[in-house]
Amino acid sequence: MPTQTIEITPDIIAKHNVTMSEYGEIKKILGREPNLTELGIFSVMWSEHCSYKNSKNVLKLLPKEGKRILVKAGEENAGVVDIGDGYVIAFKIESHNHPSAIEPFQGAATGVGGILRDIFTMGARPIACMDSLRFGKIDSAPGSDAAHTKHLLTGVVAGIAHYGNCMGIPTIGGEVYFDESYEGNPLVNAFALGLAKKEEIVKAKAEGIGNAVLYLGAATGRDGMGGASFASKDLTEESQKDRPAVQVGDPFLQKLLLEAVLELLKTDCVVGIQDMGAAGLTCSTCETASRGNTGIEIDVAQVPQRETGMVPYEIMLSESQERMLVIIKKGREHEAKRIFEKWDLHAEEIGKVTGDGMMRVKENGVTVSEIPAKRLADDAPVYVREEKEPEYLKKAQSFDPKTLFSKTGDLNAALLKLLDSPTIASKEWVYEQYDHMVRTNTTVLPGSDASVIRIKGTNKSVAISVDCNSTYCYLDPYEGGKIAVAEAARNVACSGAEPLSVTNCLNFGNPHNPEIFWQLKKSIEGMRDACLMFDTPVSGGNVSLYNQNPKGAIDPTPTIGMVGLIEGRDPVTSFFKKEGDVIILLGKTKEELGGSEFLKTLFNVKSGLPPRLDLKEAKKLNDLLIALAKKGFLKSAHDCAEGGLAVALAESCISNRGREIGAVVNVTTDHLSNEAFLFSESQSRVVISVDPANLKAVEELIKPNIQYEIIGKVGGDRLQINKLIEAPVAVLSHAWRNAIKRRMEVATA
Amino acid sequence: MKAKVYVTLKKSVLDPQGKAVQQALSSMGFNEVKDVRMGKYIELDLGAIEKTQAEQKIKSMCEKLLANTVIEEFRYELN
Amino acid sequence: MKFGVVVFPGSNCDHDCYHVLKHVLGQETDFVWHKEREISKYDCIVVPGGFSYGDYLRTGAIARFSPVMESVQKHAEKGKLVIGICNGFQILTESGLLPGALLRNRSLKFICRNVNIRVENTDSPFTRKINKSAVLKIPIAHGEGNYYADEATLADLKKNDQILVRYCDEKGLTGDTANPNGSLESIAGICNKKRNVFGLMPHPERASERELGSVDGIGIFKSILEMN
Repeated sequence: MPTQTIEITPDIIAKHNVTMSEYGEIKKILGREPNLTELGIFSVMWSEHCSYKNSKNVLKLLPKEGKRILVKAGEENAGVVDIGDGYVIAFKIESHNHPSAIEPFQGAATGVGGILRDIFTMGARPIACMDSLRFGKIDSAPGSDAAHTKHLLTGVVAGIAHYGNCMGIPTIGGEVYFDESYEGNPLVNAFALGLAKKEEIVKAKAEGIGNAVLYLGAATGRDGMGGASFASKDLTEESQKDRPAVQVGDPFLQKLLLEAVLELLKTDCVVGIQDMGAAGLTCSTCETASRGNTGIEIDVAQVPQRETGMVPYEIMLSESQERMLVIIKKGREHEAKRIFEKWDLHAEEIGKVTGDGMMRVKENGVTVSEIPAKRLADDAPVYVREEKEPEYLKKAQSFDPKTLFSKTGDLNAALLKLLDSPTIASKEWVYEQYDHMVRTNTTVLPGSDASVIRIKGTNKSVAISVDCNSTYCYLDPYEGGKIAVAEAARNVACSGAEPLSVTNCLNFGNPHNPEIFWQLKKSIEGMRDACLMFDTPVSGGNVSLYNQNPKGAIDPTPTIGMVGLIEGRDPVTSFFKKEGDVIILLGKTKEELGGSEFLKTLFNVKSGLPPRLDLKEAKKLNDLLIALAKKGFLKSAHDCAEGGLAVALAESCISNRGREIGAVVNVTTDHLSNEAFLFSESQSRVVISVDPANLKAVEELIKPNIQYEIIGKVGGDRLQINKLIEAPVAVLSHAWRNAIKRRMEVATA
Repeated sequence: MKAKVYVTLKKSVLDPQGKAVQQALSSMGFNEVKDVRMGKYIELDLGAIEKTQAEQKIKSMCEKLLANTVIEEFRYELN
Repeated sequence: MKFGVVVFPGSNCDHDCYHVLKHVLGQETDFVWHKEREISKYDCIVVPGGFSYGDYLRTGAIARFSPVMESVQKHAEKGKLVIGICNGFQILTESGLLPGALLRNRSLKFICRNVNIRVENTDSPFTRKINKSAVLKIPIAHGEGNYYADEATLADLKKNDQILVRYCDEKGLTGDTANPNGSLESIAGICNKKRNVFGLMPHPERASERELGSVDGIGIFKSILEMN
């Protein structure tokens, strides 16, 4: 066999991104030299993507325990949270950044495919997707490649739409953020959430010696060879040449897999299921065995193959899409196969569960690889990386936004410019390409602070928000990490939901750089403190390191997916509803323009100390919002985020398409500058509107808890703020609604 | 016997994809492109089969499935 | 009434239609697997939306050859009701139960959003409970909903009052800006000459409950119930 005769040289070891000390560890585990197949297997399992070897040490800082958490982070493919009355939700967010940089359409599509498989292999039917997307700027500027960025945005959105729409799972929102640090290294973080009855959750375990190991789904090809190790390398010009590492997705096949797997799980013949995602057959076999405290033996000759002449090394490392491993109770194989055939699917028995703890790979009966499963899956080295505060930080933080105020100019024009900034602007151009209504559960459509889906047959709804202000994280990773969690929690609370749990995607640069590792650690510390305060444990997620382009690392981006629960009432949306409703500002505005969208959009400045967040205040505000929603007092609630109070008011006026409505507002400005009064991004502020008849009761609820001010009334067709802003809502709406469209739909020269 | 089938939209039917490609080409400076029609190309391996029979079969396949004759036209090559 | 909701591999609005018929309207409703041939017990067959066979080759092209479609053809010949929504409409045109075809959207993009449609004709089992010229707010979600028919077919459709719904603005006016996908004459849905087969691109099942923001779609299902 060719793979067995190749001598393992230091060069081959280096090509697998395995260090000499790791190689030494491998030899210790095996008690001998590995062959090439075994080296390949170790290299993918011990990549950052699969092993978290560089991040494990700091990930453990995150709180994972909670009364509603049924499956904790890291235990299974996705976390599981109890929502009561016998129902549970399984959800997770995962990155597909590098593949999307190389081939945006397929990269994003297969990212969605992968996260959906993680959900339904747990026995939960996926009911919603969301995406957090980040790109470079789509405005032409010297030294930037807007045309390429637009190509990436177009491809990523179309790819997400292609996969989710075809599967019939609504993509109900998310975020799209633009910053030059993502140029050439876009972030595609895909979130999915599934629903199940408590007893329906299955584990990815290989148990019961002698049980059959079935291979289900698409045939294996040479695609995505070593994608997991590929995702853990810096993205360089040469990655373009790595094109074969990109897989092509088949959402139709996966729709059949989904239906077949859920039908199969209704029988009791399944022991465990695992998706073949990163590191394909390798990861799924050794992880299921490790979780089951068993061994597993497969014969690659039985694996359906799309190409001829594939060697065990290739079959074990292939990342062909739409494949899964199913462990079936002995003697029940025919039952399973009957269901697969109904759905025109092919399943092949490729091996069995053993009792010796080994992951044994054979080819036509001859053993080609034999590794202790548990050690391979769980004993990757863990590194404590060096950390150091970045050079840029002190200087960037010390920048005083006031030095620019002489150049602010007309405030109305500034507001319009902010509404036209792609990060703030309406994301209609994006989410109208997603089927966000299929399954008829989406009760709050994309465009509000959180999107909401109802659970049919119950009085429950689930609110979801994905969020991260990475500029804050760049300027202060600790505060930024805190704010990412707090803002996601606030978004969910604005819909009236109680925040339950967090999934996260930690997108950072190369961890071998001590400054980057410091960013990672500080962000996690911020997230930890916020998660503890909100009682929203982390139930899962993933880590994507090495997000670099030739100009340097991306801004630190700990993307937060927050899930909340509403029971027994309608969700709250973010836009004003009715003439005469009273507008109240909850929270206090401070002179906090550091890291603001105002500075970025008007002056192209990414500096200053970002806003401070008081966690106790944040928690009080969330509790208040939930209490107000419970009483049915909230006509609308909208978080003040990028662009501050002025943008929040404008969005409350214009975000209900076809039903835009004005507002007249007068706010006490204290000693704030006009710029800060309008555009400061002070945290824990929410604009709500209430029926005047309820005002007294509303104030009674607010007063003991939060600083607030009654600032005006809904009505008319203009937005007026003090004497500073006056603009027709039609003008505001046009700027905000067309900002992305007008940039994307110009002919590319 | 191998068959190559080409399916395109009828001339009378607007081809928005072709139009978009034409516009893109012209914005790249390829002004000589007067018209673009997009279509599908399908390869079929018919095994050992006689040419006249193959012709009959292919025509029937096109009319029934490979093309929608309400909007599309087709042509094929056999060799 | 007894409804059968056809399930093809890749159907994904099957559950939504079933939910409205069974749970919102309380009708006897079954899923009908695409390999089923026996459908005589149903009064109305629903061909739901989705991506049957992944929309590979052409939307609806492969599904029309499923065994159940032969029975649907016969069911229609008997004068029983068939409604095809979105991908269902595409399947019905592919199978020749309805004239014309659905091309890619003018924008070349998939579009999901609420649109307005105007009821052009109430002399059908699908629109009889709705006022003529009523404007309904109903979502669309498709990449290929751009209705096309040749001149002779279009003339026929008009002559026989087969155009049941057109895209329009909030006030009920048709025109280019209110036409989301470039459909010929803003056509959103048509019936056959016998008026017992109806296909439309918008999703009435997504606008049949208050929680979803519109109940304008329920009138179509309620019209069908009037058959009794």
